[in-house]
Amino acid sequence: MLVESIMTPDVLSVSPDATVQEALEITKKHRIRHLPVLLGGKLTGLISDRDLRDAAHAPETRVEQWMVRDVITCHPLDFVEDAAATIYRNRVGCLPVVSKGQVVGIVSERDILNNLVEMMGVNSPTTRVEVEVPDKPGMLAEIADLLRARRLNASTVMVFPSTTEGYKTLVFRVGTMDPRRFIHDIQNAGYSVVQHPSALDDGEV
Amino acid sequence: MSQGIETPTGKSAFVFSEDFTRYKFAEDHPFNPKRLVMTLELIKQLGLLEEQHLFQPAPATDEDLLRVHDSRYLDAVKRASLPTADPDHFAAWGLGTEDTPIFPGMHDASSLICGGTKLAAELVMSGQYQHALNMAGGLHHAHRAQASGFCVYNDIAVAIAHVREKYDARVVYIDTDAHHGDGVQWLFYEDPNVLTISFHETGKYLYPGTGELTERGEGRGYGYSLNVPLEAFTEDDSWMQAVRDVLVPVLNAFQPDLILHQNGCDAHRFDPLTHLAATTRIYRDMPKLTHQLAHELCEGRWVGVGGGGYDIWRVVPRAWTMLWAEILDAELPEKVPTDWLERWQVQAPFELPTTFLDPVDLFAPIPRRTEITEKNEITVRRALNGTPFLF
Ligand SMILES: [Zn+2]
Ligand SMILES: [Zn+2]
Repeated sequence: MLVESIMTPDVLSVSPDATVQEALEITKKHRIRHLPVLLGGKLTGLISDRDLRDAAHAPETRVEQWMVRDVITCHPLDFVEDAAATIYRNRVGCLPVVSKGQVVGIVSERDILNNLVEMMGVNSPTTRVEVEVPDKPGMLAEIADLLRARRLNASTVMVFPSTTEGYKTLVFRVGTMDPRRFIHDIQNAGYSVVQHPSALDDGEV
Repeated sequence: MSQGIETPTGKSAFVFSEDFTRYKFAEDHPFNPKRLVMTLELIKQLGLLEEQHLFQPAPATDEDLLRVHDSRYLDAVKRASLPTADPDHFAAWGLGTEDTPIFPGMHDASSLICGGTKLAAELVMSGQYQHALNMAGGLHHAHRAQASGFCVYNDIAVAIAHVREKYDARVVYIDTDAHHGDGVQWLFYEDPNVLTISFHETGKYLYPGTGELTERGEGRGYGYSLNVPLEAFTEDDSWMQAVRDVLVPVLNAFQPDLILHQNGCDAHRFDPLTHLAATTRIYRDMPKLTHQLAHELCEGRWVGVGGGGYDIWRVVPRAWTMLWAEILDAELPEKVPTDWLERWQVQAPFELPTTFLDPVDLFAPIPRRTEITEKNEITVRRALNGTPFLF
């Protein structure tokens, strides 16, 4: 997924000449945390509601005095995960999205979190099945074959490193109310289904 | 309500049709209509069913179904009902899958069940009967334009939409099936006159995955969807405590005109599809509570439907016989009649239980009972705290 599909496209901004008071009012009125500072359409800085609160004792001073000048930006065609990594590594709350020298949007920590929640969440009625497989090629296809054989449809699949060394965890959300046969197939194929209550019988979760 | 209600006669109605058993996907499918036959026989054996209780439903009409379903979906179900239909053509509608295979006559069988629940609701709302049961109903997973979790049409939603339109009634829908009552919830998600309350095993590992505390309704309906996701391995006491602690204050505050309760009995320890650890005790105690609330709050207007229940031998017949006995205000003997046991034991893959209530020591206590109970109590508190009309 690309930044352009999750960014807020209509960005409110201020000029470097605006007063702290004016900028504060914009952030309050529109409940936003960050304001890009533009000069002749070009990004020259970024000011946050926190910077503005720190400057509130001098409401008539200019935004230019308080803004951050080296603004970290991203491009509309960047991947969402790259924008997420940039935000995380630089400990910033948002990234102005810049294309052809113009600010075309802004993407915040919250936008990214929302996107992740949607990707990992339940978007159709499904049962969650988590499988541990050796960390080698072809494992995802092995399990996917079992799904196909049972005419089952997966709505999301996640792959990540397992806590057991040399293994990976595959998490499937499968469109079935009755995963029993699929779970048996996985076990018969020699893999383990983890954390599923069906694999336990006494509440020792 | 817009229409006057006659004095209820105090009778209870049992809606049934031999053709309910035509709602059948395949021989080895977990949703097995044999459970209806077994339950009906048990009820009859106990002498709890007379001619005066019995009502034959007509199928729901397209008009009834279209109140909650998409017309294109109806067309698809009708096409999928033909003997020549190709299962691969219906995937977009959730049909022709392993869960909800297509079968000839599917539309007729499904709309008959909807007609049954609609009739049960009509008998109660018109004042002819105080309580009514359609044990073939309870297909709570069906969505507006999608079959899901063994459910084609949503009979509950059809009945609720009918009483909303005809009587402008405020309806509370209680769902104590082990699975989240997602279909009914989403169909009335923005309606403040239909309060849906679902108690279920958390969606962490169980279908359909929804039913989080945070799903509370939308727009004007905000606060009128309530979810109580309980931990896997929850036992009787914790389950009943959650049900009581939520239903009593919430129903009192909401003041319904009708209570519709879905009585899926798949929270039982024996159920093969879920991971809760209840016994048949909750299937005696829950209808008792609903019955009491119905008399306290809405002149007894109470409709019961069935739902899930996949141990058809050891759980469903006893659970729903206890439900009907409560609706009828009849006493049950302690023991299941010997004739019935002999008749079904020959077919059963398990030894059939001989008492309605499971013996207290049937299952060893769950080792993490204390933590599970504590977690469920927190869930109940959070569910109540987020219910705006309580305060
Ligand atoms: Zn009564
Ligand atoms: Zn269920």
